[in-house]
Amino acid sequence: MNLELIVRVVDVRKVFGLVPVLDGVSLEIRAGEAVALLGANGAGKTTLLKILATLLRPTRGTATIAGHDVARAPEAVRPLLGVVAHGAWVYDDLTARENLKFWATLGGLDARADDVTAALAGVGLERAADARVRTFSAGMKRRLSLARVMLARPRVLLLDEPFAGLDQRARKWLEGRLEALKAAGAALLMVTHSFGRELGVADRLAVLAGGRIVLDTARGSLGADDVQRLYAAHAEDAL
Amino acid sequence: MSYARRALTVAWKDLAVERRSKETLNALVFFSLLLLFVFQFTLGGDRERLAAVLPGVLWLGFVLSALLALGRTFLVEREHDCWEGLLLAPGDKSAIYLGKLAGNLALMLVVEALVLGLFVVFFDIDLGRALPGLLVVVLLGTLGLAAVGTLFAAMTANVRARELLFPVLLLPVQVPVLLATVKATEALLLGEPLGAVAHWVKLLLAADVVYVVVSVLTFDVVLEG
Repeated sequence: MNLELIVRVVDVRKVFGLVPVLDGVSLEIRAGEAVALLGANGAGKTTLLKILATLLRPTRGTATIAGHDVARAPEAVRPLLGVVAHGAWVYDDLTARENLKFWATLGGLDARADDVTAALAGVGLERAADARVRTFSAGMKRRLSLARVMLARPRVLLLDEPFAGLDQRARKWLEGRLEALKAAGAALLMVTHSFGRELGVADRLAVLAGGRIVLDTARGSLGADDVQRLYAAHAEDAL
Repeated sequence: MSYARRALTVAWKDLAVERRSKETLNALVFFSLLLLFVFQFTLGGDRERLAAVLPGVLWLGFVLSALLALGRTFLVEREHDCWEGLLLAPGDKSAIYLGKLAGNLALMLVVEALVLGLFVVFFDIDLGRALPGLLVVVLLGTLGLAAVGTLFAAMTANVRARELLFPVLLLPVQVPVLLATVKATEALLLGEPLGAVAHWVKLLLAADVVYVVVSVLTFDVVLEG
């Protein structure tokens, strides 16, 4: 199997002031592949995600998405991206449907009413489509955020703690949606602290510690305990 | 077409959020009432003194309300965690600026209409023939305020002490607009026709064109920081 290389990070360094947060990170993700990026607080996971999302420029090194340099050609990269960040990017005083239509139009998509309804149904929010987001739980906002991403059909999905704040049912549901996006050929980079069941979506595990990727391995049949052992061994050695 | 749709969508979103939450509008109406009360208390019923200071007082009310309204333009995006979403929207960012400008302009004109109406009642002013000319001056002056205010609101949204920085940046740039609006308003309230203040109207038009064009051209750089 030789799937297209979508995300390519080569020797990326990012320094804030005098503090290096990333120090020579390299990573590759192919189409239809999901990588879980593990690391302690402050390891630089979100920084790497922001560099790929064109929100930060690397101090050194290159990061490309579908061949476009994220620092030099952000406008070419942005239409390819779907980002689920810490914040849900929703306006509390708009309805779920209005939020989706707003982001779709702003993103230059010609989203018809049917597409919006289908995206909402896809995340189980069809009954709440015309309710103001102010009345939503954190999990519902998370789902709406995912509907926004699904509507755009991105080639690369960047997810920051996608399972945070979700109950068991919503977690299982999100796993299913992420598997579907993978099957559709999207490349996924998922930042997480957790060693739990959400790693089931990942094809590869990467551990970020000391500003570098200290482990990049196929998940295979590794269980949560195995991952935790591997993480501890590599992350602590690096620090 | 897509550019215009994106700008209109941003304006629609801002106005829909404001219409439902009324966060800014309520604060501005209350603030305007307070200002009027203070002005009325200070100036009393002396018609001569009133005629001399009324244009300045009126625009002081407009400008102070505008400072409050414009300063919040992009804070709303931060409060909703949507700032990054705007940054990542593909395409020309100036569409976002024009949408924000249109939303701000609409909100400010609503507040100014209310303030003007209350001025008429509080100070027993007969606008009469001055009203059409006054509307032109108010529209052009407000566009000038909103054009630079929207740009500077984006510029200061991510800095500390933005509440201090925003008026400090905005007001010096607004000198031509404030000068032209106050002088034109003064002449119109004294019963002169709009043609008599054409030079001030031309200055306002020129300032508006410069402010909008410069803002459209620089907004992308400002937003990307």
